Parts: sequence; structure tokens; C-alpha cells
Amino acid sequence: MDNNKHLLDIRGLKVSFWTEKGRLTAVEDATFSIKKGETIGVVGESGCGKSVTSESILQLHDEQLTDYEGQILYKDRNLLDEPERKLRKIRGNEISMIFQDPMSSLNPVFTIGNQLVESLMLHRKPSKKAAYEKAIDVLRQTGIPSPEKRIHDYPHQLSGGMRQRVMIALAISCEPELLIADEPTTALDVTTQAQILDVLNELQEKTAMGIMMITHDLAVVAETCDRVVVMYLGQVIEETTVDQLFENALHPYTIGLLKSMPSMESDRSDQLFEIEGTVPALENIPTGCRFADRCPFATNKCLQEAPVLENATVSHKVRCWNYEEIALERGNGYATTTS
Amino acid sequence: MKSEAEVKTNYRVKKQKSIARIFSNHMLLTGLVIIVIMAIISVLAPFIAPYDPYAIDPLNRLKPPSVEHFFGTDDFGRDLFSRVIYGTRISFFIGAVVAILAGVIGLIVGLISAYYSILDHILMRIVDGIYAFPSILLALAIVAVRGPDVVNVLIALVIVYIPSIARVVRSAALVVKEQTFVEALNAQGASKWRVLVIHTIPNLLSPLIIQVTFVFAVAIITEAALSFLGAGIPAPSPSLGNILFDGKNVIYHSWWMTVFPGSFIILLVLGLNLAGDGLRDLLDPKIVNAKRKKSRLIKTGKKVGRHGQQ
Repeated sequence: MDNNKHLLDIRGLKVSFWTEKGRLTAVEDATFSIKKGETIGVVGESGCGKSVTSESILQLHDEQLTDYEGQILYKDRNLLDEPERKLRKIRGNEISMIFQDPMSSLNPVFTIGNQLVESLMLHRKPSKKAAYEKAIDVLRQTGIPSPEKRIHDYPHQLSGGMRQRVMIALAISCEPELLIADEPTTALDVTTQAQILDVLNELQEKTAMGIMMITHDLAVVAETCDRVVVMYLGQVIEETTVDQLFENALHPYTIGLLKSMPSMESDRSDQLFEIEGTVPALENIPTGCRFADRCPFATNKCLQEAPVLENATVSHKVRCWNYEEIALERGNGYATTTS
Repeated sequence: MKSEAEVKTNYRVKKQKSIARIFSNHMLLTGLVIIVIMAIISVLAPFIAPYDPYAIDPLNRLKPPSVEHFFGTDDFGRDLFSRVIYGTRISFFIGAVVAILAGVIGLIVGLISAYYSILDHILMRIVDGIYAFPSILLALAIVAVRGPDVVNVLIALVIVYIPSIARVVRSAALVVKEQTFVEALNAQGASKWRVLVIHTIPNLLSPLIIQVTFVFAVAIITEAALSFLGAGIPAPSPSLGNILFDGKNVIYHSWWMTVFPGSFIILLVLGLNLAGDGLRDLLDPKIVNAKRKKSRLIKTGKKVGRHGQQ
């Protein structure tokens, strides 16, 4: 792989928070990269460090209580070394973000026009009129009907889907190179979800920006992403292309995730597969493999030694001691998604 | 697509609607009318008052209300109407200054403690300390140390009423701070100051305005109480409190000395409280909706009384 082409390259990122229970490490050894024009999916259960990773890219955590280690290389600059002032120039301008809850992502006391113009003014300093026109233009790009009228609306006058479009408009107004979408469709109903994903896909085709799509919905991943990073308890446990993930998942956790997804062909009288147990709390992380006590393939080695992220194939990384056996057991190295 | 003119009329209609909402809120309207009348009286006191409030007339001591002296005269023969008008002016002035100063300082203290956790502990303990004293006692102590005059009374009242505002602001700011839009603003590259001043303060205005209105009212009462106790506005200048104090000695045969300043205090405070309550109903959508919903349910017979199930 050509490293120079990477838009964002996260290497060994470790994020820990100071809390009342002491220092808790929410993300440990997160390593993955995003290329220009590529959509990368980050999946995992709640509490696996997906959002923490994404917010660490822009360092949005309370700086007094957060420690970052490792490297976040954006265009060969380590963002973790940049001072706050320079980071502010990157936030919203080169890397921007969409949040999960469109209902509270907009300031209720200002019109959406005000907020769009403000965000443009922060980075581009155009004339008032130009900013206003640009605001209407980005609203139109996100598929909001009659944007010249909507621009005078307050957030409470818009529906959830419309607000998420406004959030996308805010995020893309300065034409960022990378868009981080933190569960952008979770709070929306299914038809609106599809529309929002379409909007994102269209924008990506137009602008060739990289998208980091954080989600726990594998259907969203299948529909939008090129590559997938699976996270479990703050670690990247598998990274591969979408096709390989659905056909050749290697990590037992990923296999479990895929199996617990209902499919159209499966027998409805069967009980849906579930991964036993829950994600352990951050203050008592197991010593060996973090997934070991929930893993059907766990051996003694798993309980004692922590596995590292290995290359199973050129484009497939996995963090598991037994992935070769698992691949064999699941039939000639190919795990099936639905059976 | 609608024409611009249409959009404009649309907005005019919306504006008219919000004005109509103020008019349909009788509490707020009554309160505002009283406050406006009192404000006019205070501002125009020199023109309204028929006599000099300091002019002593020993021959006309303690005369009951008449055409010459609407509210009668006091124990120095001064025209009570003029003195009450001037007293209202001073009370209103003190209330307003205290409300504004305590409002601004309370806003700053509240914001700082909401956003900086170390300062929060220090500031909130001080606030708790001030809050623990009965407000009149504390104000009395401050004035006793510094000596009674208008500026000292102002300082005392501002110190006493900062905590109530700071607490309201702090708790409202803590809610705003956790909203996603603050994080979204950070992600857009907004500076801390921008988030705080441009985006947080407007979200705090409605609780702040409501609290300031109440501080306005309570400051007037406390000032009157201080003056009544002799620790407020010093003697020759009229304040509603010290007119009451003068009236106390003659309460059994000169009722007008207590009734008129007393009713002015009541009116002033009633007006402010009505306005405060009205503003709360107007600005806090949750309360209004709950009331409307309840009255609608009762009307349609789906809900009976407070504890009745459907």
C-alpha cells in the first residue's frame, strides 16, 4: 500500500480519560487509515471506542482529562502535536463531523442560515452576501427543498431528517477533505436513513472526500463502505474490505456480529444468534485477548497472552491467535454470513 | 417557490402572533402595565410631585389626605404624596440597578463555574456561604460595616442577590454545555469564547430574565426593610422604607403615613412578580404546554381534577 496516498493515518492511537475510578483507557492501539475518496466503516457494539476514536481525531474531548498517545497523521502532519489554534483551522474546514442526534446538534436560538453563515465565516471569511448564497447552495446540495425559504427557519421547525441534512450542509460547507459521520442515521427512520446515505454518497462522488462512517448497523456498512474496521473494547480487531468482511470474516467477534444480523432467507422460527455476555467495563479489562471470555474458540493462550493485529492476507488484518483454525473450521477458509 | 413578499408577510404574521401571545397572557400584561406606570412615575417624579419632598411645614404636621395634599402630610409637615413619589423613584432605581448588576455578575459567575471545574468548586462554595445567611441580615451587616448610604445599600444588595442568579445560570449552562450542538460547534472550529458568548448566553436568557425580574422585586422589598430598620437610605431622603419607619410612630392616628407608602411597595412588587411569572409562562414552552394540555383534557372530560385518573 502506498502510504503517501493516505489522507488520514492513525497509528497506535491510545486514548485514556481521568475519571473518578482512575485512569481508564477507552481506546488502545487503534490503527487504520483512510484514503482520499474512500469510505471506511467503523463498527462495533456500544462502548467499543468508535466514537472516542473519531472524536480523538479532532481532539474534541476535554483536554484536561484526556491523554492521547500514538499518532494521527493527516496529510503527514501529526494532529496530536498541533496546537489548539491550528487545530481549530482544521476542524470544520478540512475535517468535519456529523453527529448522531440531529435533534440537538443545532443551536435552537439561531436560524439555520445564521449557523451556516457563521461556520463559513469562521474559515473562509467571504462577504455576507457570498456566504449567504453559499449557504443556500450547500443546503440545495443536501437535497433540502426550497433552501432560500428554509434558511430562515429555526431548527425546531424542521424534521429530524431535514436537520440531519442541515448538519451535513454545515459539515460540507467548507469543502472538507474528510468527513467523520458518527452514526449519522441511527436516530432516523429507515427511509430517511436511505436518503441521508444517498446524499453522502452523492457528495462523495462530487468532491472525492474521504468518509469515516461510524455505525453499528452492518446494513449501512454493506451499502456505503469500501473498507471496514471492526472495533472491540477500544481495539481494532479486524480490518478488511467490505466484500471480504461479509464473506471471509476471521475474528470470532465479527463472525458473531454477522450471525446476529437477521437475513431475509433465514428461518423465522429460529432464534437469532447472540454473542454471549456483554462488553466488559473499562476498569476491568481482561489480561489476554479482550474477547476471550465471550469467545467460543478461546484457548488457554487466549486468556493469558494478548494477540496482535496480524496480516491474514494483504488486505485483511485480524487480531486473533486462532484465525487460521477458525478459517479452516468454517469451511475452506470462508466463513458464511448467513446460514 | 414563494415570492419574497410572501415570505415577508409570513414573518409579519408570525411577529403578530407572538405579540398576541403577550396580550393573551394577562398576568404578564398586568405586571408590565404596573411596572411601566411605576417607571414613568419614577422618571417624571420632579414634574409629578406638587411640592418639594424636603420642604418642612411645621404648621401642617400630620394632616389627613386633602385636595392640597393628596396623601396628607407627615410629622414634619412635608407633603406625603411628593415623598412617596420620590421614594418610589429611589426604590425603583435601587431595584433596577441591583437587578442589572447582580444579573451581569451572576451571569459571569454562573458561566465560569459551569465551564471551569476548579473555579466551580471555589465559586460555588462562596455562593453557598452567602446563600446560607438570611438576605436581610447579611445586607444589614454589610451596611452596618460600611455605613448607610445609597451606594453601600446597592453594594450590599448586589452581593446578597448574586448567588441566586449565579446558581440559575450555572445549572442552565450545565445543561446547554452537554448538548450536542456545543460539540458540533467545536468540531466546526469555533473557539471557546465563541461557543460561550455567542452560543451559550442566548440559550440562558430566558431563565436569566425571569430570575432578574424576581431579584428586582426582592431587592425593592429588602431595601424597604433596610430603610425601615434604619440601615438603608439615610433619613432626609425619602424611600418607601423610611417613610414607613416614620409612619410607625404615628400609626394609630395617622394611617396615611403607612397605607400609602405600603401600597406603593405592594404594587411595585406585585407588578414585578406578575411580570416574572408571566415571562416564565411565555418563555418556558414546557410549562405553557403542560397547562394548555391539562386544561384541554379537563375540558374534554378526560381528566378530572389533580389526582383523578382518566
